[in-house]
Amino acid sequence: MSAPTHQDDAAHGSYKSYLTGFALSVVLTVIPFWLVMSEADIGLGWALAVIFGLGAVQIIVHVHYFLHVTGTAEHGWQAMSMIFTAILLVIVLSGSIWVMFHLEENMMPAHEQIERVRNLP
Amino acid sequence: MATDLTHLPAVHTDVHPIFGKLTWQSIPIHEPVLVGTFIGVAIIASVVLYLLTKYKWWGYLWSEWFTSIDHKKIGIMYMVLGFIMFVRGFADALLMRSQQALASMGYEGYLIPHHYDQIFSAHGVIMIFFAAMPFVTGFMNYVMPLQIGARDVAFPFLNNLSFWLTVSGAVLVMISLFVGEFSTNGWLAYPPLSGLEYSPSVGMDYYLWALNIAGIGTTLSGINLVVTIVKMRCPGMTWMRMPIFTWTTLCTNILIVASFPVLAATLALITADRYIGTQFFNTELGGNPMMYVNLIWIWGHPEVYILILPIFGIFSEVVSTYSGKRLFGYTSMVYATCVIMVLSYLVWLHHFFTMGAGASVNSFFGITTMIISIPTGAKLFNWLFTMYKGRIRFELPMMWTIAFMLTFTIGGMTGVLLAVPPADYVLHNSLFLVAHFHNVIIGGVVFGVFAGVTHWFPKAFGFKLDPYWGHLSFWGWIIGFYLAFMPLYLLGLMGVTRRLSQFEDTIYAAYFITAAIGALFIAGGIASFFIQLYVSIRDRDSERLRDDTGDPWDGRTLEWSTSSPPPYYNFAFTPRVHGIDTYAEMKRHGYQRPTDGFAPIHMPRYTASGVVIAGLLTVMGFGLIWHIWWMAAFGFVTAILWAIGHTFNYNRDYYVPAEEVRAIETARGPRMEPAE
Amino acid sequence: MSTATPSATDMPEYHVIETPHHDGEEHPHETGTMLGFWIYLMSDCLIFGVLFAVYAVVGQNYAAGPSPADLFEIDMILLSTFMLLFSSITYGFAVINMQQRNTAMFYLWMVVTLGFGLAFLGLEVKEFTHLWHIGATPSTSAFLSAFFTLVGTHGLHVTFGSIWLVVLLIQVGLHGLTAENQRRVMCLSLFWHFLDLIWIGVFSFVYLAGVLQ
Repeated sequence: MSAPTHQDDAAHGSYKSYLTGFALSVVLTVIPFWLVMSEADIGLGWALAVIFGLGAVQIIVHVHYFLHVTGTAEHGWQAMSMIFTAILLVIVLSGSIWVMFHLEENMMPAHEQIERVRNLP
Repeated sequence: MATDLTHLPAVHTDVHPIFGKLTWQSIPIHEPVLVGTFIGVAIIASVVLYLLTKYKWWGYLWSEWFTSIDHKKIGIMYMVLGFIMFVRGFADALLMRSQQALASMGYEGYLIPHHYDQIFSAHGVIMIFFAAMPFVTGFMNYVMPLQIGARDVAFPFLNNLSFWLTVSGAVLVMISLFVGEFSTNGWLAYPPLSGLEYSPSVGMDYYLWALNIAGIGTTLSGINLVVTIVKMRCPGMTWMRMPIFTWTTLCTNILIVASFPVLAATLALITADRYIGTQFFNTELGGNPMMYVNLIWIWGHPEVYILILPIFGIFSEVVSTYSGKRLFGYTSMVYATCVIMVLSYLVWLHHFFTMGAGASVNSFFGITTMIISIPTGAKLFNWLFTMYKGRIRFELPMMWTIAFMLTFTIGGMTGVLLAVPPADYVLHNSLFLVAHFHNVIIGGVVFGVFAGVTHWFPKAFGFKLDPYWGHLSFWGWIIGFYLAFMPLYLLGLMGVTRRLSQFEDTIYAAYFITAAIGALFIAGGIASFFIQLYVSIRDRDSERLRDDTGDPWDGRTLEWSTSSPPPYYNFAFTPRVHGIDTYAEMKRHGYQRPTDGFAPIHMPRYTASGVVIAGLLTVMGFGLIWHIWWMAAFGFVTAILWAIGHTFNYNRDYYVPAEEVRAIETARGPRMEPAE
Repeated sequence: MSTATPSATDMPEYHVIETPHHDGEEHPHETGTMLGFWIYLMSDCLIFGVLFAVYAVVGQNYAAGPSPADLFEIDMILLSTFMLLFSSITYGFAVINMQQRNTAMFYLWMVVTLGFGLAFLGLEVKEFTHLWHIGATPSTSAFLSAFFTLVGTHGLHVTFGSIWLVVLLIQVGLHGLTAENQRRVMCLSLFWHFLDLIWIGVFSFVYLAGVLQ
């Protein structure tokens, strides 16, 4: 069951592919930073959507060009374990946020209320 | 009521540069129970040390066991660790049962609340982390590589290191018995109780560093075994030809890798709160203690499936072997295991329904919890149908299995009951809950451990366990379990909460006394098990126990195809597999172990690095617990340096010459027909 | 097959006939290293997942202390991000040179990678000491606890990666680019690029989104 083509798994990437990945990630990094630093007014919701959307795309770019995850490496186990981890991350993050904010709704004066008092003129 | 806390180690705000918080007052010489225990332990320890020295076993232990990277020896060492810690944990259980029985009759008992709190905390921590976990890891280590026809695990050194890190945690817990004290915060140590303000003593720090260090070992072991199964199956062993125990091992270790990091991070957060003053769980400065509860159960629920899945695997092997049939519904068993693996990550909130989340959250997690009982139920039917029309042999492993099926079903049903949020509002934190999880952990894990030990002991040592004392142990456990825990269900329904050391009312006395008697029966069961070990070792060469065939139970999977105990290289020839239950098929074809044509075998070398690194980390842990900063820094830095130094050793493997293989194999001979 | 089998005619082959030359380079207990390391990275990813979850839950609890907008200097973060990006691509170049057996260039790119990594760490230390000086410490509020823990854990990983890089360079110097050392270089490569992924999450979620709110 061992992989006889093990060396092939390791032998990936060329100057061209690294430079492509680098160029893409520079673009994907600069746009959200520019958005924040220029204080462009596109609304908080859109700004967050752009930041997180481009962040997600950049993660995929890195996974493809730098980590070289493919569907066939290690007989698919690399990609599979990554997808499994991604699912678990979604469960942990969304689950915790859902559970914790639900708890807070039923709690004593919340943080926003305190902030509101603090920000009174 | 004993609320006098003056005897407790004083909280030192000033830390001595050399001894940290450690003073002579940290040694609990004023606790008669502890002094007695210490004297007992000291006597036993000196006898053991004397014997080891007298028979010059130190060198043997060191070079053949402690530094061994042979998965079989590591598996056995895990089991030994498990049983030692199991006895310690059970001693705690006896103390609690007797104290509660006395208290329910109106006496004050012999344990003050502060000591009682330590005992139930230690009981939970030890039983889960240092008894049950070593048991299942031991089985997985010993059996799985044999079942897949491999010669060792993927990372043999890491395996040794993982074991010693687990030992390191266990050692810290044991030290807490005689130096300082242990945590009083229950086995999961919720803040704010476990925070510095309410738990200023070293007890909580013992808890944290023991689990931090042991947790690293468990995670490494999980990675190791997953890679072993993915990469090292012998030719022909496709996924759907793997024995069920190997399948459950795979799912268990995936769960370990997926959940123990969560534990590590969670414990790191509360460690940071205690040591460097972060505010994660301190409401005054914006922290949220409920986040701790949320996180620890994200680990905690997968953890209970980490314990039970390999045990399901053991029962599957046992049922199929002693019914003389292929397992019914192999494929559905595989899928049920995988479904449980994923679902176990979606139910954690049922451990804190009462914390105050809304109806939508509670019903979501209530429903997922009920769904998870479906694949478990499917497994139970598979075992029943395997027995149906089988030629069942009522050997001890089979009896444990039947006892498990009955007991676990009761535990499962009370679990579904607790999964209903409104019912949980009534029953949470009561003895009903305590009865429920002991019902599934004893009825599942403990019975499974005994079934597995009886089943695989002849493989590991070449002789069977004495059945007479085995039966006594079995009945001690069965009677004891029902006597000890059924009253707790009733008490829970009547509203008695858990973790109480004193009672105002004496109307519960009958129940608590019954439970205490049950604990005595269990004690008899445990004693019978150790007598069984002694008798079996004494009579190991007798006709009735000795097994030269390597296959005493008419086994069906590859581990039975090699001799008992297996040679250190497991198989002289790598097996080739053509179907499920491959050894049953080989026997049908009259396969005999080959006697010539041997080739050199590639094996890893033993190394002392695992013991040394774990030892240094124990020193680090002790230093951190007692705020002896120089000691902590010394342990940490030297451990890192030693680990780096280890990577400079490139000479890690060698070839066993063909002649040596021939000599070993000739001495063991080809397989003989099992004596009917 | 010369084993003594009674019914050898219809019996399938139940073991592999091993020859001494069978496993020349394929060491049975070593082929899993890359996968094992990958799985370790996945488990590490979950540690960061927990830290992100904690930040998501308590990250806006400033406890009347400073908020992200008061503290973060986004232009410095952009600089740190580029340090990591540069170090990633130079590590890639080192790997390419390793595969072409160009040891001298391999060394060069590795040292450059180390330089960028240390520059990143330097910027982080500078940021943390600055925050410390203006009184924003981990014990100020839950927000700052979560911030220092999340960003600091990433920084610790970079520190560990840098130490590993130095050790690896010594080992390559001692033994050359053997198969085992190449595998180690590839493992560290995965580790190094993995830290980029975490950093993308950090600068998006903690810094950029934090300053916006």
